[in-house]
Order: sequence, then structure tokens, then C-alpha cells
Amino acid sequence: MSLPAEGKYSAAATTATRPNRTADMAVELDGVTKRFGKTTALDDVSLLVRRGELMTLLGPSGCGKTTLLNLVAGFLMPESGEIAIDGQRMTDVPAYRREIGIMFQNYALFPHMNVAANVGYGLRMRRVAKAEIARRVADALALIKLAGLEDRKPRQLSGGQQQRVALARALVIRPKVLLLDEPFSALDRNLRASMQVELKEIQRKLGVTTIFVTHDQSEALSLSDRIAVIAEGRIRQLGPPDEVYRRPVDRFVASFVGDVNVLRARLERIDGAIATVALGAARVKVPSRTLQGAASGSIVDLFVRPEELRPAEHGAAVAADGIVAAQSYQGGHVDLYVDAPAALSGRVLLRVPRHEGMSLWRAGARISIALAVDEAIAFKPA
Amino acid sequence: MPRLPSQPLLRLLGGVTVSAILGFLLLPALVVTLAAFNSRAILSFPPEAWSWRWFAKALAYDDFRAGFRNGLIVTGWASSIALVVGAAFALALDRYEFRFKRTLETVLLSPLVVPHFTVGLGFLILAAQLGMARGYAVIVACHVVLVLPFVLRSVYISLRNLDPRLELAAASLGAPPHRVLTTVTLPLLVPGLVSGWMFAAILSFNEFTASLFVTVQRTQTLPVALYNYVREYADPSMAAISVMYIVVTATLLTLANVFFGLAKVLNVEPPR
Repeated sequence: MSLPAEGKYSAAATTATRPNRTADMAVELDGVTKRFGKTTALDDVSLLVRRGELMTLLGPSGCGKTTLLNLVAGFLMPESGEIAIDGQRMTDVPAYRREIGIMFQNYALFPHMNVAANVGYGLRMRRVAKAEIARRVADALALIKLAGLEDRKPRQLSGGQQQRVALARALVIRPKVLLLDEPFSALDRNLRASMQVELKEIQRKLGVTTIFVTHDQSEALSLSDRIAVIAEGRIRQLGPPDEVYRRPVDRFVASFVGDVNVLRARLERIDGAIATVALGAARVKVPSRTLQGAASGSIVDLFVRPEELRPAEHGAAVAADGIVAAQSYQGGHVDLYVDAPAALSGRVLLRVPRHEGMSLWRAGARISIALAVDEAIAFKPA
Repeated sequence: MPRLPSQPLLRLLGGVTVSAILGFLLLPALVVTLAAFNSRAILSFPPEAWSWRWFAKALAYDDFRAGFRNGLIVTGWASSIALVVGAAFALALDRYEFRFKRTLETVLLSPLVVPHFTVGLGFLILAAQLGMARGYAVIVACHVVLVLPFVLRSVYISLRNLDPRLELAAASLGAPPHRVLTTVTLPLLVPGLVSGWMFAAILSFNEFTASLFVTVQRTQTLPVALYNYVREYADPSMAAISVMYIVVTATLLTLANVFFGLAKVLNVEPPR
């Protein structure tokens, strides 16, 4: 296998593990392409998933992330490229010989089997001895805190319980890779948060390599060791959540991961790797690599997160002026929607502390906005 | 604004209408049932005196006994063969894309629009050409063709309602294709298979028009035997046979419903 291009800007992380890469890698995809008729679902995708890592495939629906999961599972075969699991070539190995565990969005529990039979299914297929099956099923049910429900049928369980059973069923075979396909989208908000925490705990405890597919960027940010942002069949960026959030490589990643304000700013100058951008009276440093070819004095799009803006205090450099259109109480903080001409969409989102947000910035109030950071990211206008 | 009829009145009218329709549907069965208990040797309604004698006569009549036995043989083979063939075709239609798929579907469902006597006549001519007009094989083959659409439909609907992710999950857990089939697909298809088989069996056992062409005296099925009987006699033993038939069929359907949730399968849900 040639060295896959892991996304240009996370090359450093790849380099560090290169010497004995195969030994450290649980899943390797090399130049994988998958077409459905005339549409290309995945276009020459290469990806390395480290052993024990929780890798999230994040992207809008139809971006190819589920196709990628199905290729790793063996439910689909690629047109070209190679797939390896644990260093073994798996490209044309059928799903049932891949030793993977998968949990579907709807859990896909076998409706005609009780909980114990569902969880023990993979062990029966491996012809494990009865006593051993009973022991491992009991262990798995204890792990997911469902001991005592062995005889229930799936339809007698709540959504959260069904999910736990599906997880136990996938884990009990000690899979080389655990694949999760939008596992939390069917759960209500409170349950979702607690299941996410629990999943992460279990994943850490067992150290099982996990590939997690989601379109929910906050889920991706909170759960992942690394995130692969996918759009139109290609990996746009690969890196730890913080890097993807704070150093997006392109406009798509910047706007898909997290809330972002796009403000019209002016490029003042480029000094090597750093460029200076002027927004009103404020100055901010941005990496110059995303501004290749932009001339000094030209207009660029400055991407700023809502929490990186604040109401300008007396004497602070004002970046933009606007009028509060609405405030939205969020418990810990207040979201201010401000009509500001400097914003590409005409509207800016500001995240301010609860006490000042509620009283000072009512709808209709004039507000001057300052930058709370001195570094941001800018792109050439689309 | 015109006054609307009151709620209770509407409800009453609705109840009367539904009862009338149900009554109309059940009327023939009711008349035949009453006629079967008539002690006199004519098919009259309502009976003047009551008796079980026609049941005894019907059960003892040789042609009916032979017809019943022939019917069981033909029905058993025909619906079982139709089940296997229909399930295989349903699986192919559901799982695979191929050329002439629509054509195959149309051909398989065509017996629904081709009159039974056409099918019967066709098989008679064919069997005469092949010199096999005197055996069960031709009746069974004829019945398979006639009941196949019903089996196909029943299994196909069950397949469409089967979540493909269940099979994927099984495969991911290490089940090779044949074990996915035996541990997941088939068990979940049982209601569809059972109801398909039962439909086929009821239709086949009942089938008269085509059977008239392809049976001979020795192989005649019960409906054909009844027809031959009614050409000669008109006593209530035929009504007695009908009553027994209704009771047996209703019992079978009820049992199937209890054990396999037939109603769920028959409740023809649109495919996903």
C-alpha cells in the first residue's frame, strides 16, 4: 500500500506513526472508490484508523459517510482501492468473515429472538460452547446494565434499552472494529446525552476501535478522538475535534462544523504564514495558506465563531456595528442575533453570558461588536 | 346552514348499513347451513323439520369420500409446490435486478386475469398431447399455476416488510448466507409462508372450473364430485358438505391467525 494522503493539514500526525503503521492501524482504506450507477459515492478515499481510536465520519446526508461504513463492514464492495482490517487485506472478504460489530440507527435487533438470543447470536454463529455463550452474554448484559432482561423480546424494551442490546450484541463477539451508524438519532435529547457518555466510557474501557457515522457536528465534536469531515465523496479534513473546529481547512468544513459567522473583511498584508485582516477598527491574524493569491487590500471572508465575538466595551476596537434582532435564552448563555451589514448573510450570531445578555441587549438595541480573539481564519470570497 | 343529522342517528344508520352488508355476505352460508339440517330430501328453505341425516349420508357417499381424498392429494402437492416456487420467485423479484423483471412479474401474476376454464382447457389439450391426461400430475400442475400468484404475493409482501438491516446485522455477526437464511430470513417469513400456503390450499381445494377439465372420474376432486352429484340429485347432502367445508376452513384460519398472526400479513401494507 502506498502512503494514503490523509488530508494535507494533518500530515504531521500521520508522519509520527508511519514507521510501523500497519501494526498500529486497525482499519486502512487506500484509494477507495465506490460508484452507484453514474454517481460516485466515494472518490479515491484513503483513511487510516488507529487501534483503539474513536473515529467519526462527519458530513451532510448523501456525502458518502454511510457508504464508507458499509465498505468497511463488507456490505458493499469498492470499484477500486484496498481495505485492510488489522493489517489483513479485506477488500473482497465477505462481511461474515470480517469480525466487525455494527450498530444500526434502528438497532436491527432480531424481533423473533429474546435479548439473550440476540446478544448470543454472534457466538452461536462462531460455534462457541453453550456454557461459554451463557457466561459471555451475562458479562455483556452486565456491561450495558441490562442484566435481568434476558428473556424480554426487543419490542418489550424501550429505545434506550434496545440500543444497549444492539451494542452488547455487537461487542460480545470482540470485534476488531465497532461500526456505529447514526446510533443516537432515534433517541430523545436527554437519553441521547447519557447514552453518548456511556458509549464513550464503554469504548474506552474495552479499547475497541470505533468508526462512528453522524451528521451531527456537536456529537462528533464531543465524542471523537479524530473527525473525518466528508463532503461529496471526499475527506475534506481529518483531525482531532479541536483542530477541525479551530483550524478548518476550507469554507465547507468551517461552516459545517459548529456555528460560524462569515464577515466581510479586508486583507491588510501577508507576512509569510500569517496574514493580517482588518474588520472595522479591529485587526486579527489569520493563517495565510487559505488566502493564497489574494491581494493586499482585497475583500476576504473572515470566519468567526459566536463565542469569539463580544459586545465592544468602551475603548475597544469595534469590528462591526449592528442592531439586535432577537435574543435566545440558552440557559448557560444567551444567543444574540444581530443585524449587521458586515456579515455576509446580514446577520451575526453572538454568544454572551446570561446576565448581561438578557438585560442589556434587548431586541432593537444598537450594539457594537468586538473580537474576543486575536486569531481567526479567513477564506477568499466564494 | 342545513341541519346535520344528530350523532346518535348517524351512528345508528352506520350500524344498520354495516349489519346489512355483513348479513348479505353471510346470507348464502346461512341458507345452506339451514338447508343442510332439513330432514326432507329436497333443498328447500326454510326447513320444516331438522335432522343430521344428510351429514351422515354425505360422509358415507363414495364419490364424496374419493373426491375429498383426491382433493387432499392435489391440494397438498399443489400448494406445497406453489409455496416453494412462489417463495423462490418472490425472493428473486425482491432481491435482484435483472432484465425482463417486470415481464416475469406480469407472467407470474397473469393467472389472476386469465379465466380458470382457459387454464383448464389449456392443460387438458397439453396433457392429451403428452398422453398424461389420466393422472394427478396434470391436475397438480394446473393448480400450481392457478394458486401461484397468491403465494407469490403473500411471500413478496412479507419480504418487503423485512428490514434488510436484520440480515446485514446477522452477516456482521458472522453468519454466512445460508445461516442468515435459516436463522433470520425464514423465521421472520413464516407468517407470510404459512398464509401463502393456506391461501393456496383453500383456493386449490375449492377450485372447480379448471379442475372440471383436467380431472377424470377416478381423480375428480370434491367440487367436481359435488357438481356431478348435483346433476343427478338435489338432496341436502351437498349442503351438509358445504357446512363441513365452512367449519373446517374457518377453524384452520382461526388457528393460523392465533399462531402466526395471519391478520398482520393479510393486512396488505404498501411496500416501503
